[in-house]
Amino acid sequence: MKKIILLIASVAVVLSSCGGSSDEKKTEGGTSYEGQEVLKIDGSSTVYPISEALAEEFLGLNPTAKITVGVSGTGGGFKKFVRNELDLTGASRPISKSEDSTCKAEGIEYYEIPVAFDGLVVVVNPANDWVKSITVAELKKIWDPASQGKITRWNQVRPEWPNEELHLFGAGTESGTFDYFTEAVVGKSKSCRGDYTASEDDNVLVQGISTDKLALGFFGYAYFSENQDRLKLLPVDDENDANGKGAILPSSETILNATYQPLSRPLFVYVNKKSVAKPLAKDFVAFLTESAPKLVPETGYIPFAPETYTLIKARVTAGKTGSLFVGLKSTVGVDLDSLLKK
Amino acid sequence: MRKGEKFIESILFVCSALTLLTTAGIILVLSIETFGFFKEVSIIDFLTDTEWTPLFSNKHFGIMPLLAGTFLVTAISLVVAVPLGLTIAIYLSEYAPRWFRDVVKPVLEILAAIPTVVYGYFALVYVTPMLQAMLPDQVGGFNALSPGLVMGIMILPLISSLSEDALYAVPKVLKEGSFAMGATKLQTVKHVLIPAAFSGISVSIILALSRAIGETMIVAIAAGQQPRLTANPFVPIETATTYIVQVTMGDIPYDSLEYRTIFAVGMTLFVITLILNNISFWLKKRYHQAYR
Repeated sequence: MKKIILLIASVAVVLSSCGGSSDEKKTEGGTSYEGQEVLKIDGSSTVYPISEALAEEFLGLNPTAKITVGVSGTGGGFKKFVRNELDLTGASRPISKSEDSTCKAEGIEYYEIPVAFDGLVVVVNPANDWVKSITVAELKKIWDPASQGKITRWNQVRPEWPNEELHLFGAGTESGTFDYFTEAVVGKSKSCRGDYTASEDDNVLVQGISTDKLALGFFGYAYFSENQDRLKLLPVDDENDANGKGAILPSSETILNATYQPLSRPLFVYVNKKSVAKPLAKDFVAFLTESAPKLVPETGYIPFAPETYTLIKARVTAGKTGSLFVGLKSTVGVDLDSLLKK
Repeated sequence: MRKGEKFIESILFVCSALTLLTTAGIILVLSIETFGFFKEVSIIDFLTDTEWTPLFSNKHFGIMPLLAGTFLVTAISLVVAVPLGLTIAIYLSEYAPRWFRDVVKPVLEILAAIPTVVYGYFALVYVTPMLQAMLPDQVGGFNALSPGLVMGIMILPLISSLSEDALYAVPKVLKEGSFAMGATKLQTVKHVLIPAAFSGISVSIILALSRAIGETMIVAIAAGQQPRLTANPFVPIETATTYIVQVTMGDIPYDSLEYRTIFAVGMTLFVITLILNNISFWLKKRYHQAYR
């Protein structure tokens, strides 16, 4: 259902830009993009709130521009990106080796732009009064593929928890959130038990957890901040005192200073180099790196420090294409600034 | 003049052929994709495995949890709709004054005109919280009971209306004969009318049953998305139709095994409803023969 709404929203974005251009051809301040191709953005549902906010703001300043924002998941976005169907695609994980080599084979060069930090949150129902915090080991015990059909009650996870059924909710298998959570918690991307409510639609998960006392689930930080009063956030303990002692509650502070580990990750936008030759895409990318620090907090995600954005912008202006992350084993706990300086 | 007649006739023929061709096309696509699915997954696993996790790395292709979900919701809806629908049908055809019947029947049929997505949200935001208030700490936010009850209301007009027609169509002589023998109204209903209209009533129940099995929107919204083999109506489950919705809304790559699972599930549903419709067709035929 959310997809349908998103579709309508993206159509509305296009329409509003068309409407603007027919009413007033020269708005003061805005650049005219009259007669230019539509800028196509697609990709991760996690990055969607950011790209949508950016597109809306950009259209407000330049009513003659035409931008569409779609949602087909990180993997789905890359599939279209390598077929040259998109100008920008959002990704909640870095481009994979195979996607990168397909790009090379198709002759597509791209810019990689980290846009924000996202934290995955582990939440329970507000009426749940027995869970105060959870360790990564316990999360692994819950979500491990071997637990399927076996770990089904709360007291199997920690003996002092009640002997009640455990109802699990989590991101769907085609989402970057699922890839990241399984990699960070279970240890292997996409390796997870299958007997839980899996949905790409985060609103389904919020609804399920907020109405079920025995529920436990995970999804992106942004959806938690929109539904704070209906969910109870759990501090996560990675049992590694080097990055903060004990269980740590996710917040913009703990996500940015990398003490909320291992469940925080960078989000990306990938830009086709050919598109940047066109004025609209070029201006949009410049707008992205400039206004991200202001717009990202409004979407519920956590912006990088201003210096980080300066480094990112410098890479694009210098024409440095390709991915910094594709060779990395994982983005769990990655130090962005030192990577970008390379 | 005759030319025009011929022309119209051929248009009529094309129209009816179109429905046939559509059906044939759907069956063909379903069969081809299902065949592709069973080349990779054994049909015995499909029918006997008790886990359904085709989208995960540890893949299981047992249809049982999905069918269990479907049948659980369907059974709940029939428990609501059959007694209620029959009572309404008997009351309307035998006891109610004519003006009352003329008012109630169209109102009941309005229930069938409500979009199922409205029923779905009614179950999710109204019935489920009500059940949770009645049975604290037992009912999940998604469960089989709430969509089952609501679906019972949805299929109610199907049963009451068709059964009422069947009762109404019982030849008058039978009824009058029964009264002439000194039977009371209730005795006549129990021993004459219901047995005489039995196949008509069965047809209405079977049609309602196949409608409930194929129902998608209510369960997709309110029953959850967790395939599990259970008869517990309080926990989240997943029906076969919800699974198809879930997969088509996600980003499953075209032409993959995961993609073909939806055709296998669709085929299973198709076979079940086909069998049910055939039974009702056969019953209907018998019923028509009996009083001709």
